[in-house]
Amino acid sequence: MEGNIAQMGQFIGAGLAAIGSGAAAIGVGHVAGNFLAGALRNPSAAAGQTATLFIGIAFAEALGIFSFLVALLLMFAV
Amino acid sequence: MAEEAKGGGLEFHPMDQFIIKPLFGDVGDSVGMFTVTNATFWMALAILAIAALMILGTRGRAVVPTRTQSVAELAYGFVYKMVEDVAGKDGLKYFPYIMTLFLFILFSNFLGLIPMSFTTTSHIAVTAILAMAVFLAVTILGFVKNGASFLGLFWVSSAPLALRPILALIELISYFVRPVSHSIRLAGNMMAGHAVLKVFAGFAQVAAVAPIAIFGVVAIYGLEVLVSAIQAYVFTILTCVYLKDALHPSH
Repeated sequence: MEGNIAQMGQFIGAGLAAIGSGAAAIGVGHVAGNFLAGALRNPSAAAGQTATLFIGIAFAEALGIFSFLVALLLMFAV
Repeated sequence: MAEEAKGGGLEFHPMDQFIIKPLFGDVGDSVGMFTVTNATFWMALAILAIAALMILGTRGRAVVPTRTQSVAELAYGFVYKMVEDVAGKDGLKYFPYIMTLFLFILFSNFLGLIPMSFTTTSHIAVTAILAMAVFLAVTILGFVKNGASFLGLFWVSSAPLALRPILALIELISYFVRPVSHSIRLAGNMMAGHAVLKVFAGFAQVAAVAPIAIFGVVAIYGLEVLVSAIQAYVFTILTCVYLKDALHPSH
């Protein structure tokens, strides 16, 4: 049982931060699913909205990236 | 990192592929600012590949394009239409820069998929420079084009007056966080994907799970090809969005 409390806290914190990545995955799936639902109702309008789809995915993903960043910082920088 | 490798029983560590080594001389040599490393080599290779595609593709200028010319025209038209659609007609002046960004990231990502190669875009140092360049260029451009009215980007005039200072603060934070998310999105996606490939390759050493692991490596490799293209596209389209914000800051 080597290591100390601070290191344990680091690892637990990094693991908790990884939950945020999973939450971002839900968000990205929500964006893509709603896009598909809309696109199937009006396929002729779908082609023009792919850029919007990717922008939406990118913004939803950004917050997951921040939790990933927190995990990385806890693992390697603190 | 090192003690994890011993404990995990892997013969290689999944993150070993991202180590920067000097190209000439011994592995232990120190890496300075001007040392030629494997990162330099693969970046140079990406530039050479782009130059080869574009020079060979535009040399013939045939009415019925050859295969190389078709690829070059496809890449050009794809980015041109993206800039026109997202940033608007007056964003087309900055098309060469966005085209450069797109092709460099796309080629770096794809060259990184070659086995035993080095993914330059998996390093935050590379993507942070790209994202900071975009951020600084867009901010300077916004102030040059619009003067002080560029600050209207943060003042949401459609919101109730009482809410506007709070929204301005949120908009300000989200503006300065842009280069962070812009760079880490690309680096994180590339790094995580390649590390997963190596982890599955490590499972292939165990005879019991080797068939599943090899199938997994193939499947994830296919996914990585997709992710490489999508991340290059996302980086470029976000650059276009930021450019549009700089050219037309009103909400």
